[in-house]
Amino acid sequence: MDSTGLALIELGAILFALGMMGRFAGRFGMSPIPLYLLGGLAFGDGGIFQMKAATEFGHLAGEIGVVLLLLLLGLEYTPAELVTGLRRDWPAGILDIAANATPGVLVALFLGWGPVGAVTMGGVTYISSSGIVAKVLNDLGRLGNRETPVILSILVFEDLAMAVYLPILTMMLAGLSFAGGLKSLAIALVAITVVLVVALRYGRFVSKVVDSNDNEVFLLKLLGAALLVAGAASALNVSAAVGAFLLGIAISGSTAQEAAKLLEPLRDLFAAIFFVAFGLNTDPRAIPPVLGWAIVLAVITALTKIGTGWWAARRQGIRRMGRARAGAALVARGEFSIVIAGLAVSVGGVSHRLAALATAYVLLMAVLGPIAARVVEPAVRFFQRDRGGLDPVGM
Amino acid sequence: MTALPGIGVRKDFEVRSGRRIGVVAHKDGAIDLIVSQRDDPDACLAQVPLTTDEAGVLANLLGAPQLVEKLKEDHRDLPGITTRQLPIGGSSPYRSRMLGETGLRTRTKASIVAVMRAGQLHPSPGPDFVLDSGDLLVVVGTPHGLDAAARILADG
Repeated sequence: MDSTGLALIELGAILFALGMMGRFAGRFGMSPIPLYLLGGLAFGDGGIFQMKAATEFGHLAGEIGVVLLLLLLGLEYTPAELVTGLRRDWPAGILDIAANATPGVLVALFLGWGPVGAVTMGGVTYISSSGIVAKVLNDLGRLGNRETPVILSILVFEDLAMAVYLPILTMMLAGLSFAGGLKSLAIALVAITVVLVVALRYGRFVSKVVDSNDNEVFLLKLLGAALLVAGAASALNVSAAVGAFLLGIAISGSTAQEAAKLLEPLRDLFAAIFFVAFGLNTDPRAIPPVLGWAIVLAVITALTKIGTGWWAARRQGIRRMGRARAGAALVARGEFSIVIAGLAVSVGGVSHRLAALATAYVLLMAVLGPIAARVVEPAVRFFQRDRGGLDPVGM
Repeated sequence: MTALPGIGVRKDFEVRSGRRIGVVAHKDGAIDLIVSQRDDPDACLAQVPLTTDEAGVLANLLGAPQLVEKLKEDHRDLPGITTRQLPIGGSSPYRSRMLGETGLRTRTKASIVAVMRAGQLHPSPGPDFVLDSGDLLVVVGTPHGLDAAARILADG
């Protein structure tokens, strides 16, 4: 068989299997991300069956997946939402960083992965999965709840924090000098500020450049612009993902909605390939030795996220049950943790065990998150009854 | 009005019984009706997705009685005249036909003073006003005339 035929067959088999898994996950209201990762693990290096030809395609397609993930994330938000969210909930955002990045940093340092590994693991344990959280909130009919804006503004803060964090990580991975690092961080910060100002004032011009009534033209312009910006950002050591995110923010109004509708299926496809590619490059034999640490991190960071949500909701005058719901909703980690780990692994400079730990951690948290959001109400009720119906109103 | 970044906006208010009632308006135009729980005002008892048509019907149901009450009030001094709201059902022969085609005024002596559509009031509709299923007609006339009008709108 020629290599093209083999690659197509492998790719087809993987995508078909992903589709079946996605259906299975959907039936249980689960995120498909852990299944995608497991699929990648099974067919990669050291897995039950190796697929070499598909791995090559998976690498570039996975990169495009990251660009699309972040582009659509940027499209979801209007600049005004970002600015108000930042202003109102920054204390919760700061607590979120401190409480949830620290466990990852400490474990990485303890395992001797050095400062770069520590910063990577801090990012992995810090960032909640806005995709999983938004889906769970909608599935459970909690969009109208009073704690939901609190949850969403924490997610907004995290996403903006990513725009600062990813350039820092990129520069550390590239082994830049302190001055060089400061330069790329400065570029990132200036870029974020310029994009927010441009998007707030002149968003319609950016939208006009890419907008078109013809879907095909629109799609090509969008995708082209996203890859151009991402590539340029990557060349400046600001991280491709951040470039795409900023472009997404700058596109606004009806153009943003149309763009999101058009790109969503593409994002789902390429993001799925990204998760599989990450799994393919992770050696499943490296997971058992770090599984214990993954469980420790999962337990600690589930508790720290619940604490963060609880505190943030209390600041907004939400009652006890709502605080618990806000905390539990934030537990899920997913796509962005893998984006961070994927960036670190692709550049190199971190222990290969880090990829295994990040995979195991996300496998646990992407499953645990939606479960936590579902069981939190009965759990809180159970404990309240246990304590003799103590203060049911909980003010 | 509360912003839900990435999703849309929540518009709700507290009713006298202590519950919150309102809608979540998604960015893509979808609307969810929300009603808060009694024992936990932060949480929602229901989040019901509504299509644009369904939201319009609900708005009519809530808006039309007020109008009818007000009109009744206005001509309380005229005995024998009353106001009623008559729906254009999904099986009405007059849906997507012009109001003039019903011949309501000649046949029943009752007058259509307004049409409620999607919560919007269209006062004094002309004979070329095109009716649609889900519309609520506010009709003034004698009780006898109104009964006849209801039959005509339902069965032709």
